[in-house]
Amino acid sequence: MIEIENAHKSFGNLEVLKGINLNVEKGEVVTIIGGSGSGKSTLLTCINGLEPINAGRIRIDGTEVHAKTTDLNKLRQRVGIVFQQWNAFPHLTVLENVMLAPRKVLGLSRDKAEEIAVKQLTHVGLHEKLSVYPNRMSGGQQQRMAIARALAMSPEYMLFDEVTSALDPMLVGEVLDTLKMLAEEGMTMICVTHEMAFARDVSDRVAFFHQGVMAEIGAPDEIFGSPRKPETQEFLGSVR
Amino acid sequence: MFNYTFHWNQALRALPQMLDGALVTLQVAVLSMVIGLACAIALTGFRLSGSRILSGIAAVWVEVARNTPALFQIYMAHFGLGNFGIHLSPYAALLAGIAFNNAGYLAENFRGALKAIPETQTRAGRSLGMNSLQAFRFIVLPQMLRVAYLPATNQMVWAILMTSLGVTVGMNTDLAGVTQELNARSFRTFEFFAIAAVIYYFIAKAVTLAARALAWRMFRY
Repeated sequence: MIEIENAHKSFGNLEVLKGINLNVEKGEVVTIIGGSGSGKSTLLTCINGLEPINAGRIRIDGTEVHAKTTDLNKLRQRVGIVFQQWNAFPHLTVLENVMLAPRKVLGLSRDKAEEIAVKQLTHVGLHEKLSVYPNRMSGGQQQRMAIARALAMSPEYMLFDEVTSALDPMLVGEVLDTLKMLAEEGMTMICVTHEMAFARDVSDRVAFFHQGVMAEIGAPDEIFGSPRKPETQEFLGSVR
Repeated sequence: MFNYTFHWNQALRALPQMLDGALVTLQVAVLSMVIGLACAIALTGFRLSGSRILSGIAAVWVEVARNTPALFQIYMAHFGLGNFGIHLSPYAALLAGIAFNNAGYLAENFRGALKAIPETQTRAGRSLGMNSLQAFRFIVLPQMLRVAYLPATNQMVWAILMTSLGVTVGMNTDLAGVTQELNARSFRTFEFFAIAAVIYYFIAKAVTLAARALAWRMFRY
């Protein structure tokens, strides 16, 4: 379970998160929508400790993320993250990209790591690209590889930070299908997204962020069907 | 007007001697490159250390190495240090001077290569649970090597050619030194230096081609 309690985050004078409270249960899919600069991506990087928070606390299965004693490298093995820019490792083949962390971080043998990597790459539909270098693939394929790379660490939670925003429109579908598949398999996920149809389809709950505040959260039908806050109404009106 | 008669036979008879000299040239160049690489790695570490003193040392080294003639650097190693009671042989002074020069250029090359790898690559590694050393070792370093590789091979060629400056500090066993002595004995200046130039050319060319072949093997992406 991910517990976020009154999380505050500032970059210099700019306060990007103004006291966020959110609990995500095991197996739940929560999507976060909202305009740019609303703090939604920042929250994800705070959850896995890539960014420190200024106040409040974030706990993952009881472990406090920003406590000095927490081993973040260990923690991040349980919380995978995929970014808008997929950050493929260009010097490694697709297979090697996915094998690297299981081998070096988990200390698995080459055979075992390869077995896991092949399984995950097959899962995201890239079993024919194992020995290809990332720059020979489309953005959508590279993004699916990044998802497989994160999954190869067998995380219990997955964070997706606008994973389709940098893709050509025609490639968005294949990545969203991958996310849907994961959601159906019961992966606990927090997805920051601009894809409203996707959010409506897969989410257990949808959170709307506005200027560093979680303005509204609820079932997809509530948020998209009958949003209560005027900010939410305005935002949804503008993206439709 | 033109009444110089070429005596190629005399010059060609000295070819084995010159080829021996060429081996010394290559040896100095390779050693200077190895030492230069080690120093450049240390200098890059100094620059990243956050320590004012260490990054100051690195900055002065790089500035001097890149903005003064290599000839002066070799002079300093021989005569300059000699004034302080440190007497280096011509061989050691030549090696030290070129290694100093190599280190300055290579350190700058490494700095550029490091900058060329986006921060997001490290971030991607860290978010997979790697510590910062692992992220550097397995993700940043291999990519840096590719960026730094070609400029480093240029420096290697420069190092070979710079060894010829050794004659100015009394180096007489390398290709330039041997050629100079043969010339002094026979006054067949054009013949000897033309042959030496051809030998330098082939060494440099061979190194470039070998480096290219190696790059093709190493960097498959």
